[in-house]
Amino acid sequence: MTTQHAPDSMYRSTEGLGIWEHRGKVAAVGIGHSPTARRWDETPETSMGAWSILALRRAMEDAGVSPDQVDGLVVVPETTTGANWPEGKALPMDVVNAFNTTSDPLDGVAQLSTEWLLKNMPELTNVKFTMYAPVCMSAALAVAAQAVGDGLTHTCLVLKSWHNLEGRYYQGGANAEDAIPGTPAIRNLWGAPASYGTALQFAEYCRKYGKTHDMMAPFMENSRRNGLMFPEGYWAQHRPERLTEEDYLVARWIAKPASLYDNDIPIMVSGAYLFTTAERAQSMKRKPVYILNHATSTTQPRSLTPTLDEVEEDTARTARKIYEGAGITAKDLSFENMYDGFSLFHQFHLEGLGYRGIKFGEALDFYQTDISIEGPNPVSPSGGNIGSGRSRFWMHTDCIQQLQGRAGDRQVTGVKPEIAVSGGPMPTGGSFTVWSATPD
Amino acid sequence: MVKQGVLPDEFSKPFWDAANDERLVIQNCKACDRLQHPPLPACRRCGSEDSLEWKEMSGRGTIYNHGVVYDCPVRLLQDDQPFNVAVIMLDDDPGIQMFSHLPGAPVDDVPAGASVEVIFEASANGQKVPEWRVTG
Ligand SMILES: [Zn+2]
Repeated sequence: MTTQHAPDSMYRSTEGLGIWEHRGKVAAVGIGHSPTARRWDETPETSMGAWSILALRRAMEDAGVSPDQVDGLVVVPETTTGANWPEGKALPMDVVNAFNTTSDPLDGVAQLSTEWLLKNMPELTNVKFTMYAPVCMSAALAVAAQAVGDGLTHTCLVLKSWHNLEGRYYQGGANAEDAIPGTPAIRNLWGAPASYGTALQFAEYCRKYGKTHDMMAPFMENSRRNGLMFPEGYWAQHRPERLTEEDYLVARWIAKPASLYDNDIPIMVSGAYLFTTAERAQSMKRKPVYILNHATSTTQPRSLTPTLDEVEEDTARTARKIYEGAGITAKDLSFENMYDGFSLFHQFHLEGLGYRGIKFGEALDFYQTDISIEGPNPVSPSGGNIGSGRSRFWMHTDCIQQLQGRAGDRQVTGVKPEIAVSGGPMPTGGSFTVWSATPD
Repeated sequence: MVKQGVLPDEFSKPFWDAANDERLVIQNCKACDRLQHPPLPACRRCGSEDSLEWKEMSGRGTIYNHGVVYDCPVRLLQDDQPFNVAVIMLDDDPGIQMFSHLPGAPVDDVPAGASVEVIFEASANGQKVPEWRVTG
C-alpha cells in the first residue's frame, strides 16, 4: 500500500464554505501518549518508532477498540525537532534491526512511514486507508476528520511523533558549513534563530500597541502551572519546577525580544488519537468529543517574514473560517487553547479568535486578569508547548480531555467545558479543529 | 562580522553576480509588474515562469523592524554575538524585505524608520553580499 500526502481538497482553507458537511458526525474518542525525554538515549525501547507504537496502542486501548477494528492511519512522516541524523555518523544498527525494517534505515529513528508502522504492528490487520499530513498533528487531525467524514475510514488512528538527538538543535548541517548554496543563502546568511520571525512580530506589536515583554509573565506562569498538571508532559515528568515571574524576566535572550522561555523545549514524544464516526463512537469506552469543523490557513507572507498587518489579517480570516464551518461564534468558546510554541505569538491567535471579545492589541492586558483554569476566562488550560515541551499537540489532548471531563488537576472549574478550538502551528499557516461535547 | 560563503547555484546566480558588481537586483514579474523576494521559480501571482526578470533596485530603503540575536545557529557568526538582524523595506517597493546586520550600528540601538542604503560586503569565500548602512 503506497501512502499519499493528503490532497489540498481535504483541507478547508477558504472562506465561504459554509457549515462543514460532516459537522458533529466525526468524533475523537481515544488518546495515547508515549513518555517524554529531552533527547534520545539510542536504545530501541525509547526510539521514536517504539514510542509511536506505544502511543498508537494506548489510543486504541483508551478508546476500548481492538486493533482489528482500526481501518485507517493518518501519520505525520516528519519527526525532527530540528535535529537530523549527522552525515557520516554510523547508523544505530542494533536499533534498526530491533524492528522490521523498510528501505530507509532511519525509518522509526528519524522519520516515520506508515509502512514501518504497519510492519511493526502486525495486530493492525484491517488498515485499508493510510495518508500523510505535513509537519504537525494539527494538519493530521484535519485530514483524519475529513477522511472519517468522507467515509474513507471509519476507525482511524492519527499519529505525530518527534525525535530529538544529541547536540544543540539546528546547529548541524548547513549552519556548520563555511559556505552555503546561493538560493537558501538569500534568506539564511544572517543567522536568525527559529524564533526570530516571531520576535519581530512581537516587537512590532509592542510598538504599535504600547505593550512590553514583561507583560507576558502572567501567561508564562499560567502555562507552566497548567503544564505541571499535565502528567503526560515533559516538565511534569522530568522537571516539576514552577516558572516564576522573576525566572521569566531574568532569562537570557535568544533573539531579543524572545527569551529562553519564549522558546519551547525540543523533546522526544509521540501522541496518537482515535477518530471514528459519531455512530460508532457510541459503543466505545470513552465519551465521544464531536468535531464541528476543521479549518486551515495556507497564507504566505509577501516577502521574508510576515508583518504584523499580515498576521492580524490572517488570524481574523482563520477565525471566520473556524466559526463559519462550525456554526458558532466566539461567545461559544468555553476556554482558549490555541498553539503557543513560540509564546510570543499566542496573543495573535487569541486576538484573531476574539476570545471573550478581545480586540487586536488587548491580549497582553487580558493576561493581567484571571486567566487560570479556575476562573471564567481560561487561557491555554493545556499549558501548551511552554508548559509541556514541543509536541504541538498538548492543546488537542487537553481539549478532548476537558470536554470528556477527565483533564484531572487541569480540569477547568470556572466554566462548563462545552466547545473549544485548538490548532496551529503559526498564526499564518496552520490547521484548527473545533471540538464539542455534543454533536449539535 | 564575516558571513558564511555563498556558492551561487544556477537559479540564484544572477542575484549573486549582480552583487559582485555592486548592484542590487530583485526578481520581477514583467506581466504583473510586481517584485518578489525571496526569488521563486514562478511568479506567485500569475504563475508565469517566462515573465520573470532580475530588475535593478535603487539601493535605498528603510529600517522596518529589528531583533538582536544572542543565540545564533550559524557557527561562523557565533563569535560576533549579540548582533542586530534588521528587516529593511525597499524604497522601490516597501512590501519587499531584506535582512541586514546593519554594519556600524550599535547593538540593539536601531532606529526603526531610519533610512538606509545598500553596500556590498565580502563573505567568507569572497562572494559579495548586499548589506545596509544607516544614512539618517
Ligand atoms: Zn506574474
